[in-house]
Amino acid sequence: MSTSYRNIIRDGLWTNNTGLVQLLGLCPLLAVTGTLVNGLGLGLATTATLAASNTTVSLVRKLVRPEVRIPVFVLIIASIVTIIELSMNAFFHDLYKVLGIFIPLIVTNCVIIGRAEAFASRQPVGKALVDGLAIGIGFTLLLVVLGALREIIGHGTLFAQAHMMFGEAARDWTLHLTGNYHGMLLAVLPPGAFLGLGLLIALKNHIDRRMEQRAAQAPAVSPHPETA
Amino acid sequence: MEFPARPSPHLPVVNDVSRLMRQVMLALLPGMLAMLWYFGWGVLFNLLLCTLTALAAEAAMLQFRGKGVRTGLGDGSALLTGLLLALSLPPLAPWWIPVIGTLFAIVVAKQLYGGLGYNPFNPAMVGFVVLIVSFPLQMTLWPAPRGVGEALLPFADTLRLVFAGVLPAGETLDSITAATPLDAAKTGFGLFDTWSEITASPLFGALGGAGWEWINAAYLAGGLWMLRRGVIQWQIPVAVLGALFVLSNPFFAADSDGFASPLFHLFSGATMLGAFFIATDPVSAATTPRGRLWYGAGIGVLVYLIRTWGGYPDGVAFAVLLMNMAAPTIDYYTRPRVFGHRDS
Repeated sequence: MSTSYRNIIRDGLWTNNTGLVQLLGLCPLLAVTGTLVNGLGLGLATTATLAASNTTVSLVRKLVRPEVRIPVFVLIIASIVTIIELSMNAFFHDLYKVLGIFIPLIVTNCVIIGRAEAFASRQPVGKALVDGLAIGIGFTLLLVVLGALREIIGHGTLFAQAHMMFGEAARDWTLHLTGNYHGMLLAVLPPGAFLGLGLLIALKNHIDRRMEQRAAQAPAVSPHPETA
Repeated sequence: MEFPARPSPHLPVVNDVSRLMRQVMLALLPGMLAMLWYFGWGVLFNLLLCTLTALAAEAAMLQFRGKGVRTGLGDGSALLTGLLLALSLPPLAPWWIPVIGTLFAIVVAKQLYGGLGYNPFNPAMVGFVVLIVSFPLQMTLWPAPRGVGEALLPFADTLRLVFAGVLPAGETLDSITAATPLDAAKTGFGLFDTWSEITASPLFGALGGAGWEWINAAYLAGGLWMLRRGVIQWQIPVAVLGALFVLSNPFFAADSDGFASPLFHLFSGATMLGAFFIATDPVSAATTPRGRLWYGAGIGVLVYLIRTWGGYPDGVAFAVLLMNMAAPTIDYYTRPRVFGHRDS
Protein backbone atom coordinates (compact mmCIF):
# COMPACT_ATOMS: atom_id res chain seq x y z
CA MET A 1 0.00 0.00 0.00
CA SER A 2 1.49 3.26 -1.05
CA THR A 3 1.24 6.04 1.49
CA SER A 4 0.88 9.11 -0.61
CA TYR A 5 -1.07 11.91 1.05
CA ARG A 6 -3.85 11.38 -1.44
CA ASN A 7 -4.17 7.72 -0.47
CA ILE A 8 -4.04 8.51 3.24
CA ILE A 9 -6.91 10.95 2.90
CA ARG A 10 -8.98 8.67 0.72
CA ASP A 11 -8.39 5.76 3.10
CA GLY A 12 -9.44 7.71 6.15
CA LEU A 13 -12.53 9.25 4.63
CA TRP A 14 -13.85 6.38 2.58
CA THR A 15 -11.96 3.20 1.67
CA ASN A 16 -10.93 2.36 5.20
CA ASN A 17 -13.46 4.42 7.15
CA THR A 18 -13.22 3.36 10.78
CA GLY A 19 -16.93 3.07 11.35
CA LEU A 20 -18.14 1.80 7.99
CA VAL A 21 -15.31 -0.58 7.08
CA GLN A 22 -13.16 -1.40 10.08
CA LEU A 23 -16.12 -1.26 12.47
CA LEU A 24 -13.89 0.20 15.17
CA GLY A 25 -14.98 2.61 17.88
CA LEU A 26 -18.55 1.34 17.74
CA CYS A 27 -19.29 2.01 21.40
CA PRO A 28 -19.20 5.82 21.19
CA LEU A 29 -20.47 5.63 17.62
CA LEU A 30 -23.65 3.90 18.72
CA ALA A 31 -24.03 5.57 22.09
CA VAL A 32 -23.83 9.28 21.36
CA THR A 33 -25.40 9.61 17.94
CA GLY A 34 -28.85 10.41 19.28
CA THR A 35 -28.63 13.85 17.73
CA LEU A 36 -26.50 15.51 15.08
CA VAL A 37 -24.89 17.93 17.51
CA ASN A 38 -23.86 15.17 19.92
CA GLY A 39 -22.30 13.23 17.07
CA LEU A 40 -20.45 16.27 15.80
CA GLY A 41 -19.17 17.10 19.27
CA LEU A 42 -17.76 13.68 19.95
CA GLY A 43 -16.44 13.39 16.40
CA LEU A 44 -14.45 16.61 16.68
CA ALA A 45 -13.10 15.62 20.09
CA THR A 46 -11.98 12.29 18.65
CA THR A 47 -10.45 13.99 15.62
CA ALA A 48 -8.44 16.33 17.82
CA THR A 49 -7.26 13.39 19.91
CA LEU A 50 -6.29 11.40 16.83
CA ALA A 51 -4.36 14.24 15.24
CA ALA A 52 -2.49 15.02 18.45
CA SER A 53 -1.77 11.42 19.39
CA ASN A 54 -0.65 10.46 15.87
CA THR A 55 1.70 13.43 15.75
CA THR A 56 3.18 12.74 19.18
CA VAL A 57 3.59 9.02 18.56
CA SER A 58 5.28 9.73 15.26
CA LEU A 59 7.64 12.21 16.95
CA VAL A 60 8.78 9.73 19.60
CA ARG A 61 8.76 6.67 17.36
CA LYS A 62 12.55 6.42 17.20
CA LEU A 63 13.03 6.92 20.96
CA VAL A 64 10.60 4.26 22.15
CA ARG A 65 11.79 0.67 22.26
CA PRO A 66 9.34 -1.76 20.68
CA GLU A 67 8.97 -3.73 23.95
CA VAL A 68 7.36 -0.80 25.77
CA ARG A 69 5.67 0.95 22.89
CA ILE A 70 2.08 0.08 23.86
CA PRO A 71 2.29 1.48 27.42
CA VAL A 72 3.94 4.58 26.04
CA PHE A 73 1.21 5.03 23.44
CA VAL A 74 -1.43 4.58 26.11
CA LEU A 75 0.21 7.23 28.30
CA ILE A 76 0.39 9.66 25.40
CA ILE A 77 -3.22 9.09 24.42
CA ALA A 78 -4.43 9.33 28.01
CA SER A 79 -2.66 12.65 28.50
CA ILE A 80 -4.12 14.07 25.32
CA VAL A 81 -7.63 12.90 26.17
CA THR A 82 -7.32 14.45 29.62
CA ILE A 83 -6.35 17.77 28.04
CA ILE A 84 -9.31 17.59 25.67
CA GLU A 85 -11.70 16.56 28.41
CA LEU A 86 -10.67 19.44 30.64
CA SER A 87 -10.88 21.93 27.77
CA MET A 88 -14.34 20.75 26.81
CA ASN A 89 -15.42 21.00 30.41
CA ALA A 90 -14.19 24.59 30.38
CA PHE A 91 -15.37 25.81 26.99
CA PHE A 92 -18.29 23.57 26.00
CA HIS A 93 -19.68 22.75 29.40
CA ASP A 94 -23.23 21.87 28.26
CA LEU A 95 -22.01 19.57 25.53
CA TYR A 96 -19.54 18.06 27.97
CA LYS A 97 -22.40 17.23 30.32
CA VAL A 98 -24.43 15.61 27.54
CA LEU A 99 -21.57 13.50 26.18
CA GLY A 100 -20.58 12.62 29.73
CA ILE A 101 -18.52 9.49 30.13
CA PHE A 102 -17.87 9.19 26.40
CA ILE A 103 -15.35 12.02 26.42
CA PRO A 104 -12.92 10.31 28.84
CA LEU A 105 -13.74 7.05 27.11
CA ILE A 106 -12.17 8.35 23.90
CA VAL A 107 -9.00 6.99 25.49
CA THR A 108 -10.31 3.47 25.05
CA ASN A 109 -11.44 4.04 21.48
CA CYS A 110 -9.54 1.35 19.60
CA VAL A 111 -9.29 3.58 16.54
CA ILE A 112 -6.78 5.80 18.32
CA ILE A 113 -4.37 3.18 19.59
CA GLY A 114 -4.92 1.34 16.32
CA ARG A 115 -3.72 4.28 14.24
CA ALA A 116 -0.85 4.91 16.64
CA GLU A 117 0.35 1.33 16.39
CA ALA A 118 -0.43 0.61 12.75
CA PHE A 119 0.41 3.94 11.17
CA ALA A 120 1.90 6.72 13.25
CA SER A 121 4.68 4.63 14.79
CA ARG A 122 6.05 3.87 11.32
CA GLN A 123 5.54 7.10 9.44
CA PRO A 124 7.00 10.61 9.44
CA VAL A 125 5.20 13.34 11.34
CA GLY A 126 3.48 15.00 8.39
CA LYS A 127 1.84 11.82 7.19
CA ALA A 128 0.88 10.76 10.70
CA LEU A 129 -0.84 14.09 11.26
CA VAL A 130 -2.74 13.90 7.97
CA ASP A 131 -3.73 10.32 8.73
CA GLY A 132 -5.05 11.32 12.13
CA LEU A 133 -7.08 14.14 10.63
CA ALA A 134 -8.42 12.03 7.77
CA ILE A 135 -9.44 9.12 10.00
CA GLY A 136 -10.94 11.52 12.51
CA ILE A 137 -12.92 13.44 9.91
CA GLY A 138 -14.13 10.20 8.37
CA PHE A 139 -15.33 9.11 11.81
CA THR A 140 -16.91 12.51 12.44
CA LEU A 141 -18.79 12.46 9.14
CA LEU A 142 -20.23 9.07 9.99
CA LEU A 143 -21.24 10.27 13.46
CA VAL A 144 -22.90 13.33 11.95
CA VAL A 145 -24.80 11.38 9.30
CA LEU A 146 -25.94 8.73 11.76
CA GLY A 147 -26.82 11.40 14.34
CA ALA A 148 -28.82 13.36 11.76
CA LEU A 149 -30.64 10.22 10.65
CA ARG A 150 -31.57 9.25 14.18
CA GLU A 151 -32.53 12.79 15.12
CA ILE A 152 -34.81 13.19 12.11
CA ILE A 153 -36.56 9.86 12.61
CA GLY A 154 -36.53 9.91 16.38
CA HIS A 155 -37.47 13.49 17.12
CA GLY A 156 -38.36 15.06 13.78
CA THR A 157 -35.78 17.80 14.31
CA LEU A 158 -32.30 18.68 13.10
CA PHE A 159 -29.60 20.76 14.82
CA ALA A 160 -31.40 20.58 18.15
CA GLN A 161 -29.37 22.08 21.00
CA ALA A 162 -26.82 23.51 18.57
CA HIS A 163 -26.12 26.26 21.13
CA MET A 164 -24.07 23.74 23.10
CA MET A 165 -21.42 23.93 20.40
CA PHE A 166 -21.95 27.18 18.57
CA GLY A 167 -22.97 29.52 21.35
CA GLU A 168 -26.21 31.33 22.13
CA ALA A 169 -26.71 32.53 18.56
CA ALA A 170 -27.36 28.95 17.50
CA ARG A 171 -30.15 28.37 20.00
CA ASP A 172 -32.85 28.74 17.35
CA TRP A 173 -31.09 26.76 14.62
CA THR A 174 -33.30 23.79 15.39
CA LEU A 175 -35.23 22.73 12.30
CA HIS A 176 -38.61 21.14 12.86
CA LEU A 177 -39.22 19.02 9.81
CA THR A 178 -42.92 18.44 10.27
CA GLY A 179 -45.35 20.21 12.50
CA ASN A 180 -46.99 17.44 14.45
CA TYR A 181 -44.45 14.65 14.70
CA HIS A 182 -44.91 11.96 17.33
CA GLY A 183 -41.31 10.84 17.36
CA MET A 184 -40.19 7.28 16.88
CA LEU A 185 -38.58 6.12 20.08
CA LEU A 186 -36.86 3.19 18.40
CA ALA A 187 -34.52 5.43 16.45
CA VAL A 188 -33.37 7.14 19.64
CA LEU A 189 -32.84 3.86 21.51
CA PRO A 190 -29.76 1.65 20.93
CA PRO A 191 -31.45 -0.64 18.36
CA GLY A 192 -31.98 2.40 16.16
CA ALA A 193 -28.24 3.07 16.22
CA PHE A 194 -27.45 -0.49 15.14
CA LEU A 195 -30.08 -0.44 12.40
CA GLY A 196 -28.93 2.95 11.16
CA LEU A 197 -25.28 1.90 11.08
CA GLY A 198 -26.18 -1.32 9.26
CA LEU A 199 -28.09 0.61 6.62
CA LEU A 200 -25.23 3.09 6.18
CA ILE A 201 -22.74 0.22 5.71
CA ALA A 202 -25.06 -1.32 3.14
CA LEU A 203 -25.30 2.03 1.36
CA LYS A 204 -21.51 2.37 1.25
CA ASN A 205 -21.09 -1.14 -0.15
CA HIS A 206 -23.77 -0.40 -2.72
CA ILE A 207 -22.01 2.79 -3.83
CA ASP A 208 -18.66 0.97 -3.99
CA ARG A 209 -20.14 -1.74 -6.17
CA ARG A 210 -21.76 0.75 -8.50
CA MET A 211 -18.45 2.57 -8.90
CA GLU A 212 -16.63 -0.67 -9.60
CA GLN A 213 -19.17 -1.60 -12.24
CA ARG A 214 -18.86 1.80 -13.83
CA ALA A 215 -15.09 1.51 -13.87
CA ALA A 216 -15.31 -1.95 -15.43
CA GLN A 217 -17.74 -0.79 -18.09
CA ALA A 218 -15.56 2.07 -19.27
CA PRO A 219 -12.02 0.71 -19.60
CA ALA A 220 -11.29 2.82 -22.69
CA VAL A 221 -11.23 6.07 -20.76
CA SER A 222 -9.16 4.66 -17.90
CA PRO A 223 -7.24 7.45 -16.20
CA HIS A 224 -4.31 5.06 -15.62
CA PRO A 225 -2.59 4.45 -18.95
CA GLU A 226 -0.24 1.86 -17.41
CA THR A 227 -3.13 -0.52 -16.77
CA ALA A 228 -4.36 -0.42 -20.34
CA MET B 1 -35.52 -38.43 -13.42
CA GLU B 2 -39.26 -39.00 -13.25
CA PHE B 3 -40.77 -42.03 -11.53
CA PRO B 4 -44.17 -43.10 -12.87
CA ALA B 5 -45.25 -44.12 -9.36
CA ARG B 6 -43.45 -42.80 -6.32
CA PRO B 7 -42.32 -45.22 -3.64
CA SER B 8 -44.42 -45.54 -0.51
CA PRO B 9 -45.84 -44.03 1.63
CA HIS B 10 -48.58 -43.14 -0.83
CA LEU B 11 -50.00 -40.31 1.17
CA PRO B 12 -50.81 -36.80 0.10
CA VAL B 13 -48.16 -34.57 1.64
CA VAL B 14 -48.44 -30.92 2.46
CA ASN B 15 -45.27 -29.89 0.75
CA ASP B 16 -45.89 -26.59 -0.84
CA VAL B 17 -45.57 -23.28 0.85
CA SER B 18 -48.60 -21.58 -0.62
CA ARG B 19 -50.91 -24.46 0.33
CA LEU B 20 -49.53 -24.42 3.86
CA MET B 21 -50.02 -20.66 4.11
CA ARG B 22 -53.58 -20.93 2.78
CA GLN B 23 -54.42 -23.49 5.44
CA VAL B 24 -52.92 -21.36 8.19
CA MET B 25 -54.98 -18.40 7.01
CA LEU B 26 -58.10 -20.54 6.93
CA ALA B 27 -57.38 -21.61 10.50
CA LEU B 28 -57.02 -17.95 11.50
CA LEU B 29 -60.53 -17.20 10.25
CA PRO B 30 -62.50 -18.04 13.43
CA GLY B 31 -60.16 -15.92 15.56
CA MET B 32 -60.32 -13.10 13.04
CA LEU B 33 -64.13 -13.14 13.06
CA ALA B 34 -64.17 -13.19 16.86
CA MET B 35 -61.86 -10.16 16.94
CA LEU B 36 -64.11 -8.35 14.46
CA TRP B 37 -67.18 -9.15 16.52
CA TYR B 38 -65.71 -8.01 19.82
CA PHE B 39 -63.63 -5.02 18.72
CA GLY B 40 -65.47 -3.66 15.73
CA TRP B 41 -64.46 -2.02 12.48
CA GLY B 42 -60.98 -1.04 13.57
CA VAL B 43 -59.89 -4.67 13.27
CA LEU B 44 -61.00 -4.67 9.63
CA PHE B 45 -58.99 -1.51 8.91
CA ASN B 46 -55.94 -3.04 10.53
CA LEU B 47 -56.34 -6.20 8.47
CA LEU B 48 -56.68 -4.23 5.24
CA LEU B 49 -53.83 -1.83 5.97
CA CYS B 50 -51.46 -4.58 7.07
CA THR B 51 -52.13 -6.99 4.22
CA LEU B 52 -52.03 -4.30 1.52
CA THR B 53 -48.82 -2.84 2.93
CA ALA B 54 -47.32 -6.31 3.27
CA LEU B 55 -48.06 -7.20 -0.36
CA ALA B 56 -46.81 -3.86 -1.68
CA ALA B 57 -43.64 -3.97 0.41
CA GLU B 58 -42.94 -7.58 -0.52
CA ALA B 59 -43.41 -6.83 -4.23
CA ALA B 60 -41.19 -3.78 -4.06
CA MET B 61 -38.43 -5.60 -2.18
CA LEU B 62 -38.56 -8.63 -4.50
CA GLN B 63 -38.32 -6.32 -7.49
CA PHE B 64 -35.46 -4.43 -5.87
CA ARG B 65 -33.60 -7.65 -5.10
CA GLY B 66 -34.17 -9.01 -8.60
CA LYS B 67 -36.29 -11.97 -7.47
CA GLY B 68 -39.48 -13.23 -9.05
CA VAL B 69 -42.27 -11.02 -7.82
CA ARG B 70 -45.06 -13.35 -8.89
CA THR B 71 -43.77 -16.47 -7.13
CA GLY B 72 -42.73 -14.47 -4.10
CA LEU B 73 -46.14 -12.91 -3.65
CA GLY B 74 -47.97 -16.08 -4.63
CA ASP B 75 -46.65 -18.11 -1.72
CA GLY B 76 -48.81 -16.06 0.65
CA SER B 77 -46.15 -15.68 3.31
CA ALA B 78 -46.22 -11.87 3.17
CA LEU B 79 -50.00 -11.94 3.39
CA LEU B 80 -49.81 -14.15 6.47
CA THR B 81 -47.26 -11.87 8.13
CA GLY B 82 -49.61 -8.94 7.50
CA LEU B 83 -52.57 -10.83 8.96
CA LEU B 84 -50.69 -11.91 12.09
CA LEU B 85 -49.45 -8.40 12.74
CA ALA B 86 -52.90 -6.91 12.13
CA LEU B 87 -54.44 -9.26 14.68
CA SER B 88 -51.95 -8.10 17.33
CA LEU B 89 -52.56 -4.38 16.88
CA PRO B 90 -55.01 -2.22 18.82
CA PRO B 91 -58.09 -1.60 16.64
CA LEU B 92 -58.24 2.16 17.15
CA ALA B 93 -54.59 2.86 16.36
CA PRO B 94 -54.01 5.56 13.74
CA TRP B 95 -53.51 4.26 10.18
CA TRP B 96 -49.75 4.76 10.15
CA ILE B 97 -49.24 2.30 13.01
CA PRO B 98 -50.09 -0.82 10.95
CA VAL B 99 -48.29 0.64 7.94
CA ILE B 100 -45.00 1.32 9.74
CA GLY B 101 -45.13 -2.00 11.58
CA THR B 102 -45.76 -3.99 8.41
CA LEU B 103 -43.10 -2.12 6.47
CA PHE B 104 -40.59 -2.90 9.17
CA ALA B 105 -41.68 -6.54 9.33
CA ILE B 106 -41.43 -7.16 5.59
CA VAL B 107 -38.57 -4.88 4.56
CA VAL B 108 -36.19 -5.21 7.51
CA ALA B 109 -37.11 -8.38 9.38
CA LYS B 110 -37.84 -10.50 6.32
CA GLN B 111 -36.34 -9.28 3.06
CA LEU B 112 -33.13 -7.68 4.34
CA TYR B 113 -32.29 -10.98 6.03
CA GLY B 114 -32.72 -12.80 2.73
CA GLY B 115 -36.45 -13.32 2.30
CA LEU B 116 -38.67 -16.29 3.04
CA GLY B 117 -36.77 -19.05 4.80
CA TYR B 118 -33.81 -16.93 5.85
CA ASN B 119 -35.29 -14.65 8.49
CA PRO B 120 -34.05 -15.57 11.97
CA PHE B 121 -36.85 -13.63 13.65
CA ASN B 122 -40.59 -13.86 13.19
CA PRO B 123 -41.31 -10.82 10.97
CA ALA B 124 -44.76 -10.05 12.37
CA MET B 125 -43.42 -10.04 15.93
CA VAL B 126 -40.48 -7.81 14.96
CA GLY B 127 -43.00 -5.37 13.53
CA PHE B 128 -45.07 -5.54 16.69
CA VAL B 129 -42.09 -5.00 19.00
CA VAL B 130 -40.87 -2.04 16.94
CA LEU B 131 -44.30 -0.48 17.31
CA ILE B 132 -44.73 -1.12 21.02
CA VAL B 133 -41.23 0.17 21.77
CA SER B 134 -41.57 3.23 19.53
CA PHE B 135 -45.19 4.26 19.99
CA PRO B 136 -46.30 3.09 23.44
CA LEU B 137 -49.20 5.54 23.57
CA GLN B 138 -50.82 4.61 20.26
CA MET B 139 -50.40 0.92 21.06
CA THR B 140 -52.83 1.16 23.97
CA LEU B 141 -55.84 2.23 21.88
CA TRP B 142 -57.97 -0.83 22.53
CA PRO B 143 -61.72 -0.22 22.86
CA ALA B 144 -63.69 -2.10 25.50
CA PRO B 145 -64.96 -5.32 23.90
CA ARG B 146 -68.56 -5.58 22.74
CA GLY B 147 -70.91 -5.93 25.69
CA VAL B 148 -68.65 -4.06 28.11
CA GLY B 149 -69.02 -0.34 28.71
CA GLU B 150 -70.11 1.90 25.84
CA ALA B 151 -71.19 0.58 22.46
CA LEU B 152 -68.46 0.08 19.84
CA LEU B 153 -67.87 2.97 17.45
CA PRO B 154 -69.89 2.78 14.23
CA PHE B 155 -68.12 2.41 10.87
CA ALA B 156 -67.95 6.10 9.90
CA ASP B 157 -66.66 7.20 13.30
CA THR B 158 -63.96 4.51 13.31
CA LEU B 159 -62.95 5.49 9.79
CA ARG B 160 -62.57 9.15 10.77
CA LEU B 161 -60.66 8.27 13.93
CA VAL B 162 -58.22 5.88 12.26
CA PHE B 163 -57.51 7.86 9.10
CA ALA B 164 -57.97 11.47 10.18
CA GLY B 165 -57.48 11.28 13.92
CA VAL B 166 -60.88 12.94 14.46
CA LEU B 167 -62.72 11.84 17.58
CA PRO B 168 -66.51 11.49 17.53
CA ALA B 169 -68.31 14.52 18.99
CA GLY B 170 -68.34 14.59 22.77
CA GLU B 171 -65.87 11.72 23.15
CA THR B 172 -62.29 11.64 24.35
CA LEU B 173 -59.66 9.00 23.69
CA ASP B 174 -60.13 7.85 27.27
CA SER B 175 -63.89 7.43 26.88
CA ILE B 176 -63.67 5.20 23.81
CA THR B 177 -60.73 3.07 24.91
CA ALA B 178 -60.34 0.76 27.88
CA ALA B 179 -57.58 -1.17 29.56
CA THR B 180 -57.10 -4.68 28.23
CA PRO B 181 -57.56 -7.34 30.92
CA LEU B 182 -53.80 -7.87 31.07
CA ASP B 183 -53.31 -4.13 31.52
CA ALA B 184 -55.96 -4.09 34.23
CA ALA B 185 -54.30 -7.02 35.99
CA LYS B 186 -50.88 -5.37 35.87
CA THR B 187 -52.22 -2.04 37.16
CA GLY B 188 -54.35 -3.76 39.81
CA PHE B 189 -51.48 -5.79 41.22
CA GLY B 190 -49.37 -2.64 41.16
CA LEU B 191 -51.94 -1.04 43.50
CA PHE B 192 -51.92 -4.15 45.74
CA ASP B 193 -55.48 -5.06 44.77
CA THR B 194 -56.29 -8.72 45.19
CA TRP B 195 -57.05 -10.94 42.22
CA SER B 196 -60.71 -11.22 43.22
CA GLU B 197 -61.02 -7.42 43.37
CA ILE B 198 -59.40 -7.08 39.97
CA THR B 199 -61.61 -9.67 38.30
CA ALA B 200 -64.75 -8.06 39.72
CA SER B 201 -64.42 -5.50 36.91
CA PRO B 202 -66.71 -6.06 33.90
CA LEU B 203 -63.57 -6.33 31.75
CA PHE B 204 -63.13 -9.87 33.03
CA GLY B 205 -65.09 -12.92 31.97
CA ALA B 206 -65.40 -16.45 33.25
CA LEU B 207 -61.93 -17.62 32.22
CA GLY B 208 -59.94 -14.68 30.91
CA GLY B 209 -60.92 -11.21 29.80
CA ALA B 210 -64.44 -10.55 28.57
CA GLY B 211 -64.41 -11.13 24.82
CA TRP B 212 -60.76 -12.12 24.92
CA GLU B 213 -61.62 -15.60 26.19
CA TRP B 214 -63.79 -16.20 23.13
CA ILE B 215 -61.17 -14.81 20.80
CA ASN B 216 -58.62 -17.12 22.38
CA ALA B 217 -61.03 -20.04 22.17
CA ALA B 218 -61.49 -19.33 18.45
CA TYR B 219 -57.74 -19.33 17.89
CA LEU B 220 -57.53 -22.54 19.89
CA ALA B 221 -60.14 -24.12 17.62
CA GLY B 222 -58.25 -23.00 14.51
CA GLY B 223 -55.03 -24.30 16.01
CA LEU B 224 -56.50 -27.70 16.80
CA TRP B 225 -57.77 -27.92 13.22
CA MET B 226 -54.24 -27.20 11.97
CA LEU B 227 -52.87 -29.90 14.26
CA ARG B 228 -55.40 -32.38 12.93
CA ARG B 229 -54.50 -31.49 9.33
CA GLY B 230 -50.82 -31.85 10.09
CA VAL B 231 -50.13 -28.23 9.20
CA ILE B 232 -48.23 -27.76 12.45
CA GLN B 233 -46.64 -30.23 14.86
CA TRP B 234 -47.99 -30.64 18.38
CA GLN B 235 -44.75 -29.98 20.27
CA ILE B 236 -44.58 -26.19 20.17
CA PRO B 237 -48.17 -25.27 21.11
CA VAL B 238 -48.33 -27.98 23.77
CA ALA B 239 -45.04 -26.83 25.26
CA VAL B 240 -46.00 -23.15 25.20
CA LEU B 241 -49.38 -23.68 26.84
CA GLY B 242 -48.07 -26.40 29.15
CA ALA B 243 -45.19 -24.29 30.45
CA LEU B 244 -47.43 -21.27 30.95
CA PHE B 245 -50.03 -23.36 32.77
CA VAL B 246 -47.56 -25.34 34.89
CA LEU B 247 -45.58 -22.27 35.89
CA SER B 248 -48.61 -20.15 36.80
CA ASN B 249 -50.17 -22.89 38.95
CA PRO B 250 -47.85 -22.93 42.00
CA PHE B 251 -47.84 -19.12 42.23
CA PHE B 252 -51.64 -18.98 42.08
CA ALA B 253 -51.97 -21.87 44.52
CA ALA B 254 -49.60 -20.28 47.01
CA ASP B 255 -51.04 -16.78 46.77
CA SER B 256 -54.34 -16.61 44.95
CA ASP B 257 -54.66 -12.92 45.80
CA GLY B 258 -51.39 -11.77 44.37
CA PHE B 259 -51.21 -13.71 41.11
CA ALA B 260 -53.44 -14.15 38.09
CA SER B 261 -55.09 -17.54 37.65
CA PRO B 262 -53.59 -20.09 35.24
CA LEU B 263 -56.73 -20.17 33.10
CA PHE B 264 -56.64 -16.39 32.86
CA HIS B 265 -53.13 -16.64 31.43
CA LEU B 266 -54.22 -19.24 28.89
CA PHE B 267 -57.28 -17.27 27.74
CA SER B 268 -56.00 -13.68 27.72
CA GLY B 269 -54.01 -11.52 25.41
CA ALA B 270 -52.17 -13.24 22.61
CA THR B 271 -51.67 -16.63 24.29
CA MET B 272 -53.52 -18.85 21.82
CA LEU B 273 -52.61 -16.78 18.77
CA GLY B 274 -48.98 -16.96 19.88
CA ALA B 275 -48.93 -20.64 20.76
CA PHE B 276 -50.55 -21.94 17.57
CA PHE B 277 -49.88 -19.35 14.90
CA ILE B 278 -46.82 -17.32 15.83
CA ALA B 279 -44.49 -19.63 17.75
CA THR B 280 -45.01 -22.35 15.13
CA ASP B 281 -43.57 -20.28 12.28
CA PRO B 282 -41.49 -22.98 10.55
CA VAL B 283 -38.70 -20.59 9.58
CA SER B 284 -37.82 -18.98 12.88
CA ALA B 285 -38.76 -21.80 15.31
CA ALA B 286 -36.63 -24.74 16.41
CA THR B 287 -36.95 -27.67 14.02
CA THR B 288 -36.01 -30.87 15.85
CA PRO B 289 -38.84 -32.65 17.73
CA ARG B 290 -37.13 -32.37 21.12
CA GLY B 291 -35.92 -28.89 20.30
CA ARG B 292 -39.48 -27.76 19.62
CA LEU B 293 -40.45 -28.79 23.13
CA TRP B 294 -37.63 -26.74 24.66
CA TYR B 295 -38.37 -23.83 22.35
CA GLY B 296 -42.08 -23.83 23.19
CA ALA B 297 -41.46 -24.24 26.90
CA GLY B 298 -39.06 -21.30 26.79
CA ILE B 299 -41.76 -19.14 25.24
CA GLY B 300 -44.32 -20.22 27.84
CA VAL B 301 -41.96 -19.45 30.72
CA LEU B 302 -40.94 -16.08 29.27
CA VAL B 303 -44.57 -15.07 28.66
CA TYR B 304 -45.35 -15.76 32.31
CA LEU B 305 -42.25 -13.94 33.55
CA ILE B 306 -42.90 -10.87 31.39
CA ARG B 307 -46.60 -10.72 32.22
CA THR B 308 -46.03 -11.13 35.94
CA TRP B 309 -42.85 -9.16 36.62
CA GLY B 310 -42.02 -7.42 33.35
CA GLY B 311 -42.70 -3.90 32.19
CA TYR B 312 -45.21 -4.79 29.47
CA PRO B 313 -48.69 -6.23 30.03
CA ASP B 314 -48.26 -9.00 27.45
CA GLY B 315 -45.04 -10.77 26.59
CA VAL B 316 -45.78 -13.07 23.66
CA ALA B 317 -43.90 -11.00 21.09
CA PHE B 318 -40.81 -10.57 23.25
CA ALA B 319 -40.85 -14.22 24.29
CA VAL B 320 -41.07 -15.41 20.68
CA LEU B 321 -38.23 -13.15 19.55
CA LEU B 322 -35.99 -14.21 22.44
CA MET B 323 -36.58 -17.87 21.71
CA ASN B 324 -36.07 -17.25 17.96
CA MET B 325 -32.62 -16.13 18.98
CA ALA B 326 -32.10 -19.35 20.92
CA ALA B 327 -33.53 -21.64 18.23
CA PRO B 328 -30.25 -22.43 16.40
CA THR B 329 -28.57 -23.37 19.69
CA ILE B 330 -31.53 -25.51 20.70
CA ASP B 331 -31.40 -27.29 17.35
CA TYR B 332 -27.68 -27.86 17.75
CA TYR B 333 -28.10 -29.61 21.11
CA THR B 334 -31.20 -31.63 20.22
CA ARG B 335 -30.19 -33.13 16.91
CA PRO B 336 -31.90 -36.51 16.60
CA ARG B 337 -29.70 -39.59 16.52
CA VAL B 338 -28.92 -40.59 12.97
CA PHE B 339 -30.26 -44.06 12.19
CA GLY B 340 -27.50 -46.62 12.56
CA HIS B 341 -25.32 -44.37 14.70
CA ARG B 342 -24.99 -44.32 18.47
CA ASP B 343 -25.21 -41.23 20.60
CA SER B 344 -21.64 -40.40 21.34
